[in-house]
Amino acid sequence: MTEITFDQLLDARGLNCPMPVVKARKGVAELETGQVLKVVSTDRGSVKDFQGWAKIAKNVELVAQESGTEEDGRELFVHFVRRTA
Amino acid sequence: MAVTDVPTQRDASTDELTKRLAELESRVAELEEARPEDRVSLVIFSGDLDRVLAGFVLATGAAAVGQQVSMFFTFWGLNVLKKSTRLEGKSFFEKMMAIMSPGGSEDLPVSKMNYFGVGAKMLRKMMKDKNVSSLEEMMDLARELEVKMVACEMSRDVMGIGIDELVDGLESGGVASFMADALDSRASLFI
Repeated sequence: MTEITFDQLLDARGLNCPMPVVKARKGVAELETGQVLKVVSTDRGSVKDFQGWAKIAKNVELVAQESGTEEDGRELFVHFVRRTA
Repeated sequence: MAVTDVPTQRDASTDELTKRLAELESRVAELEEARPEDRVSLVIFSGDLDRVLAGFVLATGAAAVGQQVSMFFTFWGLNVLKKSTRLEGKSFFEKMMAIMSPGGSEDLPVSKMNYFGVGAKMLRKMMKDKNVSSLEEMMDLARELEVKMVACEMSRDVMGIGIDELVDGLESGGVASFMADALDSRASLFI
């Protein structure tokens, strides 16, 4: 897995719909244009949610999505979003 | 003569093209006018906890993905916005309505298996256990995301609910104010 560089990290673990996207939106608003926010979530639905967000919003781009497992066995869904405007 | 015919012919076709271009431009301007904004409109008619919750998840979600959101509360939906219940100055039926209606978002029943409020308490507990935001948290979040909330004037009047009994920061409006937003929206939902 190649390392993706990011500027800010948002821990959205334990949060459910619609909170990961809501928090990520706030996080992106605090970025400079061109910077990347990494969002770590435990919400399976967030995978499609972030894809939908990137499709609708004019100022964000989904750079990459990854999944993994935490030490306690919880599944993790990681999203990298770039502020484009 | 063929030689003199050519320029005349060109003039005619240029005029025709200019005319068609002007028509096209006005048509584009018309279409741009009719194009929806990045807006979502919701009617909250229901006063059931589960339905209202779905409404607020949609509203906050839409706001999060960059849409402007308008929520129009009418009939039972007005109970969601109550902060207090006043009986003074009300008619007999209005008093009955006030006493029998939920006194605010925390009193809302669920649409199924309510069993005098036990169902609603159970749903809230289950949501909390799963770390889902409560209705009140969602409402705060909606305000933070600048979701526009409008209380229906007519149904408020019919049910005898005073504007002083509702939470602050609401607009008051009728069907035309909803339509003004709904017709400019990409999606409109009735809950």
